[in-house]
Amino acid sequence: MKILVPVKRVIDYNVKVRVKADQSGVELANVKMAMNPFDEIAVEQAIRLKEAGTATEVVAVSIGPDQSQETIRTALAMGADRGIHVPASHDTEPLAIAKILKALVEKEEPGLVILGKQAIDDDSNQTGQMLSALLGWPQATFASGVEIAGDALKVIREVDGGLEHITSKMPAVITVDLRLNEPRYASLPNIMKAKKKPLDQVALDDLGVDATPRLSVVKVEEPPAREAGITVGSVGELVDKLKNEAKVI
Amino acid sequence: MSILVLAEHNNAELNPATLNAVAAAAEIGGDIHVLVAGEGCSAVADAAAKVAGVSKVLCADGAEYANGVAENMIPVIMSVVDGYSHLMAAATTYGKNILPGVAALKDVAQISDIIRVDDAGTFQRPIYAGNALATVKSDEALKVITVRTTSFEPAAAEGGSAAVEAVGATGDAGKTSFDKSELSSSDRPELTSAKIVISGGRGMQDGSNFAMLEKVADKLNAAVGASRAAVDAGFVPNDYQVGQTGKVVAPDLYVAVGISGAIQHLAGMKDSKVIVAINKDEEAPIFQVADYGLVDDLFDAVPAMDSELG
Repeated sequence: MKILVPVKRVIDYNVKVRVKADQSGVELANVKMAMNPFDEIAVEQAIRLKEAGTATEVVAVSIGPDQSQETIRTALAMGADRGIHVPASHDTEPLAIAKILKALVEKEEPGLVILGKQAIDDDSNQTGQMLSALLGWPQATFASGVEIAGDALKVIREVDGGLEHITSKMPAVITVDLRLNEPRYASLPNIMKAKKKPLDQVALDDLGVDATPRLSVVKVEEPPAREAGITVGSVGELVDKLKNEAKVI
Repeated sequence: MSILVLAEHNNAELNPATLNAVAAAAEIGGDIHVLVAGEGCSAVADAAAKVAGVSKVLCADGAEYANGVAENMIPVIMSVVDGYSHLMAAATTYGKNILPGVAALKDVAQISDIIRVDDAGTFQRPIYAGNALATVKSDEALKVITVRTTSFEPAAAEGGSAAVEAVGATGDAGKTSFDKSELSSSDRPELTSAKIVISGGRGMQDGSNFAMLEKVADKLNAAVGASRAAVDAGFVPNDYQVGQTGKVVAPDLYVAVGISGAIQHLAGMKDSKVIVAINKDEEAPIFQVADYGLVDDLFDAVPAMDSELG
């Protein structure tokens, strides 16, 4: 079984984002970029399935500017077998991404697509669900446990009130949550090896997908800052302030 | 203009998050209809019919909807959504799981997690974990929207008298079956709806130390939460997690204990009305968002708070 793992290049999660002065978006120039952390967990899961003998090949896909190839190389260094880069704008919307992935799934015919539940830049949390609907495949979202037995996919889902256990038929789309696994670091030899792994480019036009944005961004702004608070000297003073000043207890 | 709101429920009770979604719909304006799809869910439909501002309830009753499996919910929404200008749901794991599939099949963009309605097509939503706010405009024929519940005061649960109309069931898609749920049971209020939340971070050192927070929480009728660091360290289960990757809360009072204040945690609680930080590290970033900061060892401060509260 082949597994397709879409990976997104985003601003590194440790970087404090800055809004551009003209409010057209956030500053991406000269900012450290990295693989979306949820996608790292997806890559790790796919590699573990390969190591367990369940999967035979892991294909990493990234849709975005040329630098997205670096993100694919990261996945290859972790253990993915080959990469596909679809050149596109950084701001390609989830619906267009899902359509591109659908076209790639039809070409590659994987048994599973595993991807992060959301990207930490636009926080949309849409792509996996959209892809499964477009493919007519089962969807197992927010996975914190994945087990495969034959063509049955058993997934534990993280939901608001706790956990949910479901069984889906394969092929299926899985979106992963934080606790599924802890992604490995790529070793230096593997980073070197990854440079020799195959990485193909596929053009949007060849996939027949129109990626024109449907939404327009009116403006992007900083959230209102909280006013500075005060330091209290003791627990007694704190409780007194909460009772008599803030009146919240 | 007419708006369809997807009700979230457990077949017996309407989840209060639905009231926040209805409130956001009311800000857009127009007729508000609510779709209840479940099994033996007439009580939920009746509750939805009483919600202020709702003019019609569509009720689809079938075993295939009992557990909100997305592959079964999407067809029933597709069967009724034509003619509506907006499809909305709360941005809970329930709404987030179901709505994007409908948007994809209708070939329209979804706008996730809105926090403000500017007009019928323009909305504000947080990006980068709330470190930036984007105002986006949609000209789609159907606007599919999830609503951040903490940003909209809930619609009144009583006061409406909408008609309930049955909708034909669409059958089991046969793709995913629901096996069981493991819902955390607690006598304390739910994290996302509690007026007071007390959260512990890595500074708690051990899961058993959360008992200290629980004692204080019980005196204040508060919910107990945690930072991602505390969850990752295995102190508490993930459903305690407050932050970008967990739950977003906005209580009247948020008490952060032994939490340094990573960006991803602040994203989940910085809209709280009053924030208290207790941390022995006076440089901790949590103090920058706190209204009241106490620089102290939490193992002294929390028991002292417990006795102070009597």
